[in-house]
Amino acid sequence: MTALNIPGMTQAEWPLWEVFIRSKQGLDHKHVGSLHAADAPMALQNARDVYTRRLEGVSIWVVESQHIHASNPDDAAELFDPAADKVYRHPTFFPVPDSIKHM
Amino acid sequence: MASSHSHPLFDYLLQAADTSLVLGHRLSEWCGHGPVLEQDLALANIALDLLGEARSYYQYAAELEGLGRTEDDLAYLRSAVEYRNPLLVEQPNGDFAHTVVRQFLFDNYHYHLLKALQASPDATLAAIAEKAVKEAAYHLKWSSEWLIRLGDGTDESRRRLDKAIATLWRYQDELLAPTPAEAALQALGVLPAYHDLQPTMQAHAAHVLAEATVPAPTGPGYQGAGGKLGRHSEHLGYLLAELQYLQRTYPGLQW
Repeated sequence: MTALNIPGMTQAEWPLWEVFIRSKQGLDHKHVGSLHAADAPMALQNARDVYTRRLEGVSIWVVESQHIHASNPDDAAELFDPAADKVYRHPTFFPVPDSIKHM
Repeated sequence: MASSHSHPLFDYLLQAADTSLVLGHRLSEWCGHGPVLEQDLALANIALDLLGEARSYYQYAAELEGLGRTEDDLAYLRSAVEYRNPLLVEQPNGDFAHTVVRQFLFDNYHYHLLKALQASPDATLAAIAEKAVKEAAYHLKWSSEWLIRLGDGTDESRRRLDKAIATLWRYQDELLAPTPAEAALQALGVLPAYHDLQPTMQAHAAHVLAEATVPAPTGPGYQGAGGKLGRHSEHLGYLLAELQYLQRTYPGLQW
């Protein structure tokens, strides 16, 4: 894909957006990827064209990537490793009644 | 081929099919050349919607004709003078603004036509319209939003949009000028009366142009016509040469 490169035209890129799609069966929106768009309506429209071509979704969320704050990968050890040996936090010791769906 | 020329529904189905096929082909020419990835996909999506709609019309036409011709025969083995699409849809892509304006003029007509066509007493036409109208609604939203963005965008986008409007607005009257076949079907109630579509089309165009801060194109001016009767601009022959190349060079080839 060639970027717009027209003399005299502003070279500012459209901002990046993250796209979340809820599938027919799914209960929650899942991150599916990102795209460029000038504003929210265009981001929704682009998301429809880029990420729902194969019946993937029934609902779309978009959020500008700059509004997402991420944990630092360098901190992964201190953030996550301490949970590794605490199996008692997993609710796996309880029988789940049949009538409870989507656990 | 001459045998079916007297059947207005057959003629109309070819016209509708050719229209969607030719515009779909034009849009597919953008594939890999779109201004950004997202719009490259959007254009290809619209192209595929139109191709699907064209197939439905060709299949119905082939069935109606009953001479053993298939949808492929109708699409690939008819010459430019036998094509019945209006001049608008065969116009070259030009820049993105030209493509947007051409699409807007077509979508505004296409969507409102399909909406009315859902009530056609011809069950097959009504069913095709019911499927296609959802696609056309999205096309119209897409082209309307881009027309607004280009008109109310930068000096560059506005200059290009103005030029595209000056070039393409002259092809819109043909869309609503009934051919003898269309008039016959309108008299039977199979097609809606086009003057009933006009007010909603005009209202939508006026709304979008106002949002785009573009003054409404004035005056009757010159209006191109003849495509629906087989009198085409020079562009269609080149388009068909590419579209039909494989079947013309290797007749009956399948893959």
